Amino acid sequence: MPAVQETVERVKAIDVEQYKYGFETQIEMDKAPKGLNEDIVRLISAKKGEPEWMTEWRLEAFRRWQTMREPKWARVNYPPIDYQDLYYYAAPKKNPAPKSLDEVDPEILKTYEKLGIPLREQEILAGVEGAGSRVAVDAVFDSVSVVTTFKEELKKAGVIFCSISEAIREYPDLVRKYLGSVVPVSDNFFATLNSAVFTDGSFVYVPEGVRCPMELSTYFRINERKTGQFERTLIIADKGAYVSYLEGCTAPARDENQLHAAVVELIALDDAEIKYSTVQNWYPGDAEGRGGVYNFVTKRGDCRGANSKISWTQVETGSAITWKYPSCILRGDNSRGEFYSIAISTGHQQVDSGTKMIHLGKNTTSRIISKGIAAGRSENTYRGLVSAHRKATGARNFTNCDSLLIGDKCGAHTVPYIESKNASAIFEHEATTSKISDDQMFYCLQRGLDEEEAVALIVNGFVKDVLQQLPMEFAVEAQKLISISLEGSVG
Amino acid sequence: MAEITPIRTAAEVALVERFASLKDRLPGSGDIARRRDEAFALVAAAGLPNRRVEEWKYTDLRNAVREAAPLAERPADAAGLVDRASAFAGVDAVRLSFANGHFVAERSDLAVLPAGVTVTPLAAALAQGHPLLAEMGKVAVARGNFALALNSAFMVDGALVKVAAGTAVDKALHLRFVNGGTAPFATAPRVVILVEDGASVTILESHEGVGTAAYQANSVVELVAGKGTAVAHTRLNAEQVDAISLSTLAVTLGAEARLTSLGVVTGGGLSRHQVFLAFSGEQSSLTLGGATMLRGRQHADTTLVVDHAVPHCESRELFKTVVDGEATGVFQGKIIVRPDAQKTDGRMMSAALLLSETATMNNKPELEIFADDVQCAHGATCGALDDDLLFYLMARGLPRAAAEALLVQAFIGEALELVEDEAVRGELVARAEAWLAERA
Repeated sequence: MPAVQETVERVKAIDVEQYKYGFETQIEMDKAPKGLNEDIVRLISAKKGEPEWMTEWRLEAFRRWQTMREPKWARVNYPPIDYQDLYYYAAPKKNPAPKSLDEVDPEILKTYEKLGIPLREQEILAGVEGAGSRVAVDAVFDSVSVVTTFKEELKKAGVIFCSISEAIREYPDLVRKYLGSVVPVSDNFFATLNSAVFTDGSFVYVPEGVRCPMELSTYFRINERKTGQFERTLIIADKGAYVSYLEGCTAPARDENQLHAAVVELIALDDAEIKYSTVQNWYPGDAEGRGGVYNFVTKRGDCRGANSKISWTQVETGSAITWKYPSCILRGDNSRGEFYSIAISTGHQQVDSGTKMIHLGKNTTSRIISKGIAAGRSENTYRGLVSAHRKATGARNFTNCDSLLIGDKCGAHTVPYIESKNASAIFEHEATTSKISDDQMFYCLQRGLDEEEAVALIVNGFVKDVLQQLPMEFAVEAQKLISISLEGSVG
Repeated sequence: MAEITPIRTAAEVALVERFASLKDRLPGSGDIARRRDEAFALVAAAGLPNRRVEEWKYTDLRNAVREAAPLAERPADAAGLVDRASAFAGVDAVRLSFANGHFVAERSDLAVLPAGVTVTPLAAALAQGHPLLAEMGKVAVARGNFALALNSAFMVDGALVKVAAGTAVDKALHLRFVNGGTAPFATAPRVVILVEDGASVTILESHEGVGTAAYQANSVVELVAGKGTAVAHTRLNAEQVDAISLSTLAVTLGAEARLTSLGVVTGGGLSRHQVFLAFSGEQSSLTLGGATMLRGRQHADTTLVVDHAVPHCESRELFKTVVDGEATGVFQGKIIVRPDAQKTDGRMMSAALLLSETATMNNKPELEIFADDVQCAHGATCGALDDDLLFYLMARGLPRAAAEALLVQAFIGEALELVEDEAVRGELVARAEAWLAERA
């Protein structure tokens, strides 16, 4: 077969529609009635066996949500969402609260196997998944957490890693103290909705002076039709603690849109460090822009203590619409916030993402590296805020956002806000937008690479700064994901 | 899209009443009157812009404009008012003067206009339906803007200037706006400048306050530059520090044209200068600059939208802001590259220097890009004077104040360098030095 033909075949094979994780799991689900009202909120709370205060907290959020309007400022377009046409709770019918892995519905286990998520501790230990890369996983399937691995071992170190529902029951004091303290109930439309109806998510508490012995990870899967996934993650690193947390997500390919509105809260006390990495790969919709996940997420970290550090790393390749601004409140003196992002959009995807670095404490530093790649007919926007308040003496920020355009039907936009109320704060911002230069392409082609490979190589170089920030296990996957996302976008 | 908010504040109510009572007396009928109504409908529907309106996020007019001042009548001693102006006095120029927004013929060099230049006072032009009026409101990205609409509703006077094709005007045209009074007033002057194909001209624009009462100025200059034109434009805002000063420069730039526009701001209590520029022909180049020096409780906003609608154009923006005292500087710059505008080259830089603990700077440089074969970049910096540089100068025996002044001068000077005309640049440098001298 001539080389040209080969390329054509390959491009054909790897289209936007070739979403690897688009399969559906057929299992019986226990669903709450469609729609949203106080009874549904109560029902969710009851299903989770929550204490009275939690139910009230949810109801208060729901009442507030009814008075709020959906935000319209982001550069994304989508038909109005009918919030009454969604299921707010869906859990596997068979044994929704398994004690051990053996009790989990084998269909679900198969699903995670297919996704390549290791849930069996023994196998991981036996080296099936490659020894040395031990990751504790909390697997969330639609509205419930099905299993959390390595719990016992983590407990020995004093680390609490469990689903948020379990945490509300087992560690109410911790949850009560920190839940909603970074993203208040009234924060924004989607966060308030989440506060009312969140069904599951992960809870992490790393006690004083403990360095979490392994990477923690949550894997989110939306499976059921017409459901919204509302997860809530709360991570607390007590004084001097360290934790690295990974998040992954996929969904079946469907021609309807699914709503995902999560809230993530991180709290770092004195000298603590939290590293939060995301590889977001929700179903992006098909080549015509039908279907896909609406990803409306509120993520915020609070560097509450002195010398604390929060670092966000994200690789965004999925979702029909992404609306996501992982932020850092730099409250403690000398605290540090970091944001590394790769946002790739192709097909009809719309991405409006960025970060906020709010400098409140003295000598706080932040760094933002954002790489946006737009291909196909997608729109890719970076929107970010860097602000220094009066007392943020010696604040320092460096921002670099670069956009790469592949094709002439896409758009790349940059909307930074830089607000300084302190003379000693030094802010630097730079942004560039360009396409892959002809010189670079020529150089690669001339060395025998085909066009696809050349683009993948150049793009990988473009995003290298961010990839380096990802934990090893993720970096390899992300690199593959990037080349898959972009394949078929040239020519 | 701004949401429709009902008229609420006293100033907004007063604006509506004022327009209703005044509209029949404002010059122009038929099409002009219809356009006034349309413009005011927009103003009335939106109300005064506030921080919830994205484009006005950092400049809250609803908060700043507590009372809508009455539209200024022609001052009795218009010539006397103009005589108190000093801006660009040392520059050899043809002057067109405006007192409180009204054209002052006796202080305008209508008799000695250079060959190829024609000037019509706007009040007369509106009354007679001058053909040049068709050039108004052509810049798409400016449509719907509050300040522009407000001016379109209330414009009473100003000028229509035409530079005939192929004319190289050797003297600068100086638009001299002077505001002064003993009771609060509002102005709404409008100037339309048509530079026909192949012509070149230097335009100076000065806005000065010489009175005792606070006022609300809202000027609009529209520039339509044809193919192969070369225009150098310099604007000086030396309004009274208790004035609210809104100003708009709307430009349509034809093919193979060159435009340099520099805005210098030292005056105004609350000022907002907007530049809306649309490229309408290929191979054109644009340089926009700004030098803003603020102190006390001044608030100065520079907002620009550069619309690359056609391919092969180049734009450079360089804005410098020095903020002292409790002042606030705002820079909002947006570069739009439309789907067909391939080979666009756009570079925007905004640098701010904060000289005091209580100064504030808000930067919002935006890129909105729909074409792939482009080179666009923006940068923004914000910080205090570099300690190392200060130390270097002080180690060489300069007192702290002198060392600071030297560094500020160097910082702001980079923007002033954009002015090619030596006499004009000299005056701007002198004004920057005077500002610094006042600081020491």
